[in-house]
This record gives sequence, structure tokens and C-alpha cells, in this order.
Amino acid sequence: MLYREAGQFKTSYAADMAIFPIRQDRIALIILLLFAFIGIPLLAHFQLWPLGSDYMLRAILIPFLILALAAIGVNILVGYCGQISLGSGAFMAIGAYSAYKFGTGVHIPLEFIGTEIKIAPLPVLPSILLGGLMSAIVGILFGMPSLRIKGLYLAVATLAAQFFFDWVFLRVKWFTNYAPSGSVNAPELSFFGYLVHSPIERYLLCLIFVTLFALIAKNLVRGNIGRQWMAIRDMDIAAELMGIRPLYAKLSAFAVSSFIVGVAGALWAFVYLGSWEPLAFSIDRSLQLLFMVIIGGLGSILGSFLGAAFILILPILLDQVPHALGVPISVETVSLLVFIVTGALICYLLIVEPHGFARLWSIAKEKLRLWPFPY
Amino acid sequence: MLRKTLAFATAASAVLSGAGIMLSAGPAMAQNEQFIPRLVYRTGAYAPNGIPFANGAADYITMLNERDGGINGIKLVMEECETGYATDKGVECYERLKGKGPTGAAYFSPLSTGITFALTEKAPGDKIPLLTTGYGRSESRNGAVFAWNFIAVGSYWTAADIAIQHIAKELGGFDKLKGKKISLVYHDSPYGKEPIAALEVRAKLNGFNFKAIPVTHPGVEQKSQWLAIRQDRPDYVLLWGWGVMNSTSIKEAAAVAYPRDKIIGVWWSGAEPDVIPAGDQAKGYKALMLQHGAGQFAVHADIEKNVYAKGQGVGKDTFGQVLYNRGLIDSLIGTEAIRTAQAKFGKKPLTGEEVRWGFENLNLTAARIKELGFEGMLAPIKFSCEDHQGADQGRVHQWDGKEWKIISDFYTADRKILDPMVAEYSAKYAAEKKITPRDCSKEK
Amino acid sequence: MVVLGQFLEVLIGGLLAGVLYSLVALGFVLIFKASGVFNFAQGAMVLLAGLALVRSLDFMVARGIPTWAAIVLALLFAAVVMAITAALIQKLVLGPLVNQSDLSLFMATIGITFVLEGAGQMIFGSDVYPLSLFPTDAWFILDGLFEGGLLVNKLDVWGGLIAGALVAVLAIFFQRTKTGRALRAVADDHAAAESVGIPITWIWFVVWLVAGLVALTAATVWGTKLGVQFSIVFLALKALPVLIIGGFTSVPGAIVGGLIVGAGEKIAEVYLGQQIGGGIEYWFAYVLALAVLLVRPQGLFGERIIERI
Repeated sequence: MLYREAGQFKTSYAADMAIFPIRQDRIALIILLLFAFIGIPLLAHFQLWPLGSDYMLRAILIPFLILALAAIGVNILVGYCGQISLGSGAFMAIGAYSAYKFGTGVHIPLEFIGTEIKIAPLPVLPSILLGGLMSAIVGILFGMPSLRIKGLYLAVATLAAQFFFDWVFLRVKWFTNYAPSGSVNAPELSFFGYLVHSPIERYLLCLIFVTLFALIAKNLVRGNIGRQWMAIRDMDIAAELMGIRPLYAKLSAFAVSSFIVGVAGALWAFVYLGSWEPLAFSIDRSLQLLFMVIIGGLGSILGSFLGAAFILILPILLDQVPHALGVPISVETVSLLVFIVTGALICYLLIVEPHGFARLWSIAKEKLRLWPFPY
Repeated sequence: MLRKTLAFATAASAVLSGAGIMLSAGPAMAQNEQFIPRLVYRTGAYAPNGIPFANGAADYITMLNERDGGINGIKLVMEECETGYATDKGVECYERLKGKGPTGAAYFSPLSTGITFALTEKAPGDKIPLLTTGYGRSESRNGAVFAWNFIAVGSYWTAADIAIQHIAKELGGFDKLKGKKISLVYHDSPYGKEPIAALEVRAKLNGFNFKAIPVTHPGVEQKSQWLAIRQDRPDYVLLWGWGVMNSTSIKEAAAVAYPRDKIIGVWWSGAEPDVIPAGDQAKGYKALMLQHGAGQFAVHADIEKNVYAKGQGVGKDTFGQVLYNRGLIDSLIGTEAIRTAQAKFGKKPLTGEEVRWGFENLNLTAARIKELGFEGMLAPIKFSCEDHQGADQGRVHQWDGKEWKIISDFYTADRKILDPMVAEYSAKYAAEKKITPRDCSKEK
Repeated sequence: MVVLGQFLEVLIGGLLAGVLYSLVALGFVLIFKASGVFNFAQGAMVLLAGLALVRSLDFMVARGIPTWAAIVLALLFAAVVMAITAALIQKLVLGPLVNQSDLSLFMATIGITFVLEGAGQMIFGSDVYPLSLFPTDAWFILDGLFEGGLLVNKLDVWGGLIAGALVAVLAIFFQRTKTGRALRAVADDHAAAESVGIPITWIWFVVWLVAGLVALTAATVWGTKLGVQFSIVFLALKALPVLIIGGFTSVPGAIVGGLIVGAGEKIAEVYLGQQIGGGIEYWFAYVLALAVLLVRPQGLFGERIIERI
């Protein structure tokens, strides 16, 4: 009844190729965006449920948005191009530390040739984007082996990037501006003279980034380059025979993916943590991101959001349920139970729907079209 | 199909109902209670060390409630949140707990250098003090810049200085340090890196050769580090480990036949979970004491009588251990700060800002410490607006295979060396974060 | 001479340490060979086996059962725990996931890791439990030739012997027994194997059981080395480079890979690490593995990957 594209005639190719071809989808998206951009800040401003305290913003929504952004990046590589990566955490770290370096001033003494490279501290926005760019460059570099190595072998090989950069940011003091502890602090978030400080402002900042990058990603994957990625994913030899250059397709996927992941890393460090060490981007983060894209749905932008929400929020919720219900069990038992339940749910979801939440969503859409009168 | 629908429904309803529970769980607390959040880790790689500390801290607060009905009649309510020693989880716990209770959290005690660093950025905005007993940012002693950090009793720089003093004493004087080799085996994290700066200063001053050897988290693989030590033959090894890394270090030291009595651990490497897994190989191993060691004192008798005798308490099997006792001291300092603040602001639940005043005016004299049952564990501590550390002392104890034996008197860290470092690094932090240091002479 | 002695010491220490990684890597290989599942949960299985072993051992010793009998009973108990785990994993997770993509199966084993970590600690406790089945002190050999002798850790030697025995037992099992032959048939082509009447779910259960027993063996050595505790799960990450170098499908490859990784990373850490800051062994093993993969994309001993359109 409500969700049916009958009567929506497409009279041009452009309309047929539109990013959201169904009118109801567009309306839903606009409502969602309006709610995210206006509704949530209003609720937070007037401290209405569920945003009575800034817990919801600071501990749920901001990390959710940033991790969803990272998941989009990972999804481009794993879901669209089929190159499994266990090194996403490292690319977040590269984004974070590069942005930090650009934000606090780059100084490379090149004494042996009697010169030096000096870049004055950049504003936050270019720092974050340059962080993404650095991550993309390194991504291309570490994407090279994918031309020769495939599947799980590649996955394990990407761990080389993970552990190498864990080490680099621990050991090379230049990256941490010679801080004695090796932990660094984000510069203050000033955009064109406007200081982003309160949770609402931080939330909106992340939301703008996520919305922009999600739209860019959505556009990329339906265009020429996205189709190349998917061809490579489905059968790389066949794709090559059709005239798709694997070198270009795979490396571009690595670059775009690493760029987005790097920007997410910079946001995670600057906006969410504020002060961080390499452990914030460890292998656990990589696995978490991979879970998000697989539970959410490989090859789906929407899935990245659903997966991020599920993987981030589930343990937090489970952790609070016994306490909220007043069940007197110790935090130790609770956190072990969270482990068990999360693991079991992941296995269960993989069994019942290996294609993730995104597939469930599309099934639901199919059903909605026929509702309430199926044939 | 049915299964899929079911799965989706289960997942969705779980999330929704959970969200409902989480959000509806408003402050169900009475108005006359002081809320104390407790960030703990009772699971994961560092649980063996996290558990006794958490037990001690919790038991002390329970004891205050049972014996005195809280502090001046204000009941203390605590809630634990499991961080698993992970920074992002710690931040989430902080956000979850900071607003609970009628006046919000009194103070946070994260027991993780990484979480401390992250919360140092957030605490000033929320006006909640951070109590870091014997860990955290060493330069946060400077209360003018780090207004909300209280690195009570000792910092890693204090520890490094005391360790070198002890080595000098064993060798027979500071002049004997010249030309000696001292290596630091450290946990490769902010925690392990903190002492390096102080040790480098000392190395320059006393003329010993200093070498830092990192061990990758979590520290289960140290063979190459100890083979390098065997080849290098340093005169002393300082150990800056946490969790499994400590016992592994001792075992590997034994495997390369490095004498254990030449290894001196920091106070986070000198507790029962660090030596017991190494068995006999740990015999002779020394570690610094954050003033206190293991054993039972007057306060333990009180806990026995008021907590365990009533069937409460969580730390029976860790009772009187080094980290358990440190947990007691952590809660002691926090609760005494609340008591001090109540003297000024009245006997009611206090906000974090008021508790901070309590910290800055906390003066635990020897008489007061005795009264509280901590005599023999703790030397006098006095905080002020400038000095957020309050004490500079430490001792050394040695594991004899069964228990820790105290083998030294109190050493006092040399503030002539450390104070300029605190000033330098905190000034750097202030410049980086654009903080204008408080003028402490104007605070009362 | 001193320099040579030191080098030999590092080399021997590294080779033996590598064999200990191989103990964990063997479990991966068995499962991958037979069912194509990349089992990330092997580290958690070592933890579970170790916890079951040490807790039941302590329990029995505390009740006055003689030590040797307690050890045998504890080993049996741990083996039963691993058998139950294997049956549950096969029945509840991997059975329903047959024919899914490699990635889904891999992620499912990470899910299993979470469950095993949580359940293991919940049932058996999350403290450090010392285990001392083997001597852990050191020999100093060739004392006359090198100053101070060459250091060899007894535990490492035990580990090497056990790994050798394990490989021999596995070789006999695969070559000589009916189940072993059925296992190899399933590894080659499970549809064909099923069509000649091999009970495939039973075979998969056996594989997980064998991997569980390998984990138990690894737990005896690693538990003695570290004490049984949560950090043992991190061993999985140290076993992965071993696995890529040796190839996912080769039992001898796991041993050779272990030797290469162990020797390579220790030598790199001691000689190169001191120049560039130390702590390099974690990534060095992976970079070494990556280098091997660039030359041989299936690892040194892995089966050649043939793709058809």
C-alpha cells in the first residue's frame, strides 16, 4: 500500500539511474536526515528523552557515526571489491596520527642534505582530510600484494600492516611529537574560526562527515568504478578478460577505502577520544570493523550503518541490562556473559542470514511491496 | 524464512528492549547518597591484577557504610563498570557513570594509564576529579595545569627516582653508579614509557648507562629481550610491567639465569599475581612499594568485623594482598577527600567540583592515618592546589618465595630533580591545550 | 667466539620458540585442511584446554589424589571437555554454515572465540593458574667452547620433543588409520568423499576433536611457560605468520614455518631491534610472511591454488 513504486514513471535514463530510484526511499531518507540533523539536536538541547543526559550523544551516537563511517570504508574494500583486510585499525591509526601531525605542524629535519621540511600547523579540517590522504597512500602501498595474494592469505598478510603501524606509532617518537608517554592529545576542534566543543556540536560534525562520505560512497559504487570493483570481487579472472584492469580496480578500492577509514580514524581520535595511544587502533578494532560489515551486509552502505549500530551497541546494552533490571550479579559475570552472548549472536546471525542485516532489509522491502495483499 | 524473520525479530527486539531499559533506568537513588563510580577490570588479560585492586577499593567503601553509615551519615553508593583495560570501553563507562546519583560522580579512579590519559581530556569539562593512586601522567602533579588530576602518593617518576636511590644504596653510594649498566624492561604503552624521561635525567646525573627495552602488549613473548639482557649483562634491570608481563619477565630472567635480586619492579610489578605464577623462580625478586606492602593492619580487622562477618565483601581470597591494600588506600584517599569537602560544604552529597576542593585541602597526618587504621601502610599525605601528589616516599620489598618482606626504609624522591621536569612537561601540555594555569595563591 | 656463541644462542632459542608457535599452528592446519575453515578460535581452544586441565588438576591434588594419577585424570577430563566443545561447535555452528563463504566461516570462528573466552573464564575462573608439568630452568651446554656456555631452555626442548612426537602421531593417524584416510579424502573433495559413504559430519567432528587435543598439548607446554591465563588467546596471532609461511594445508609446513618465524624474529629482535628501537618481532614475523607470500602465494608447502572460470 504505502511502499510501492507503481506509478512512478521514469522518463529519462538519469531518473532510472538515480541514487534512490524509489520515491518512498527518498522521502524516508529525507525524514531520517531531518531527524538526525534537526530532531536530535533539538531533543538534546531541551534535554528530552532519550537525550536527557549527554550519555546518548557522547557514548553512543558519536562513536556510532564514526565507526559507521569506518565500516563504509571497510565495506568498499571487503564488500564491494572482495579484498579481505584485517588491517583497517592500522589505517584508522594512520589517519589519526597524520592528522595529528598536520594539525600540530610537520617538521622533518633533513640534516644530511642541509635542509628541512617545515609545514606550519594546519587547521583541523585540512588536517583530517590530509590524514585520510596519507592513509590512502599507505593503503595503495599495502594493497600491492593483493595483486598476487588472494582470499584468506591476503587477510593474514594485511595483518602485517596492522602490526607494523602499531609498532611505528609506538616507537617512532616523531609521530607523537616526542611526548614522554607516547600518548598524544588532539588539537582543539576549530572550523573556520568556530570552536566545536559541546557534545551536540561534535555530533553534528561527525554527522556531516558521515552523510557526505556515505553519499559519495553510494555514488561511487553505482558508477563505473564501483562496477569494476564488483566485477573483480565476483571473479577476478573473468573481470580481467572483460577488460577491467585489476591493478587499477584493486588499488583504487584500497585507496578509497583507506581514505574513508583514515578520516574515520582521525575523527575517532580528535572527536571521540581526545587523547589516544596506538592501542586504540589495535587488531581488536580491525576485527570489530570487519564484524560490522559482515553482520551489516557485505556490499551495502546501509548495511554498514546497521552493522555498526549492532556491533557497537549490543555489548553496551547487554552490559547494562542486569544492572537496570536490578539482578544482583557481579560485573565480572556480566562482562563474561556479554562475551558469550555477543559471540553466540554473531554465530547465530551468520547462520540464519549470512548476507547480513542489509539482506533482511531488502527482504522486508519486497514484502512491503506486496503488503497487505500478497498474490 | 520463518527462522530469518525470527532472527531479525529477536535481534531488533533485543536492541529495542535493551534501549528501553537503559534509557528508562533513571536515577532511582535516594537524595541522601554520595555516588562513587568504580572503573574496574575483572576479566581479560589484566584481570589477575585488576581483581584484587577492585576488591580492596570496594571493600573499604562497604566497610564505611556498614561501620559508620557512610561519611557523616551520607551513604556511599558505588557501581562498578567493567573496562577490560580498554580505553574506549573506559570512556564509555565514564560517560555512563558520571551523571549518576543526586550529584553525579564524586571522583573517578580508572586504574589504567591509557584511560587516565583519555579522561584527563574530559574531566575538566565535566568537573569531576580523577584519582590516580600511583599511576597516570607524572606531570599531572602540577595542580595549576592539571586542575582535576590527583596523582596521589606517587608518580612513575617518583618510582624511577626511588629505584635508582635503592640501587645506589645497594652499591654503596651514588658515586658507585658511575659506569654501571641499568636496563629498563617496559610494557610498550604510555604506562611503561613514563619513567624513561626520569631515568634518562638520572642517568646523565649519576653517570650510569641506561637502556630501555620494550615488550609488546600483552608481554607473553619476551625471549629475545632477555637473551639480549643476557648478552648485555646489565648490573640492574628495572621492570615496568603489568599483568602477565611481570611473571613472564621473572620466568624468562630465570631461564637466562639473570639473578632475580638484581631486578627491581615498579610498584605495579610487585604484587602476588606477579610472583606466584613464577613459583620458586621469583625468589629474591624485589619491587618498589607504593609506601605500603602486603599484610593486615588495623583497617583489615575493621573490614573483617564489619564486612565479612556480615557476609558481605568481595575480596576474601585477595584479602591483605599488595594490590588489595592499594585498593583500600585508593578508596581511603577518595573518601577522606569527600569528608574534607563535607567540612566546608556541609553534610550532603557533593558535586565533583566540591570533592575537588576536598582533595586539594586533604591533609592526612600521622595521627589521622592511625585513627583510620592505616598506620604502617601509609606515611602522611598533604595535597594542595599546586601539589596534586602529596607524597614522595616509597620503600622496597623482596619476595622470599612465600611472602613479601620489606627490606628498606623509606626513600624520598629527589624533588630537585623531578620538580623541574613536572614544570617543563606541564607547561608543554598547557601550551598545547591552551590552558591558562590557575593562580594557586588566589585559591583558598 | 663470544659473538658466535651469542648468535648461536639466539638462533637455538628462536628455533625452539618457533616450535612452540607450531604447536598452536598445527591446530589451524588440521581444521583448514579438512574443512576449509580458517579457525581463529584455536588460541581460545588452547586457553579452554589449559583452564580445564589446570583447574581439575588443582582440584584433585587438593583432595589428596597422588600427583601422577591427578595429572592423568586431569588430562582425560580436559580431553573430554575438548570433545564436548568440538561436538558443540560442529553441531551448532559449522554444520549449519556448510558451503558459506570463507569469510563467513572465519568470522564465525571469531564468534566462537568470544564464546569460548567467556565460557572458559566463567566456568574455570579468570586468574593466573600456575602449571608445572615440565622443568623450566636452563641448560648451559658447550661450556668449554663458549664463555658461560650456550643457554638452552629445558622447557623449549620439551616443547620441541612434544611437537615432534605430535607430528609423528598425526602422520601415522593420517596415513595408517581408516579415519585418517577418510579425513584426507574429505580434505580433497568433500562431495566425492560423501558419495563413497564417508560420514562427513562425523569426520568434521573428529577433526575438531583432534584440533582440540592438539590445543590441549599446546596448553600443557604454554601453560607451564606462562601460567594458564587469558593472555594465551593471543598466541593465535603469533601462530598466523607461521601458518602463512608454511602454507595453510601442510603439517610439516607448520613446523618449518615455526622454525623460520622463531629464528627470524628472534634474530631480528636481538640484532636489528636494538638499532631501531626494539619490539619489532611482532610485525617482523608478518613482514617475513608477506615476503614469502609474494614469492609463493600459497606458502612454502601449501597446495597450489588453481582457479578456473
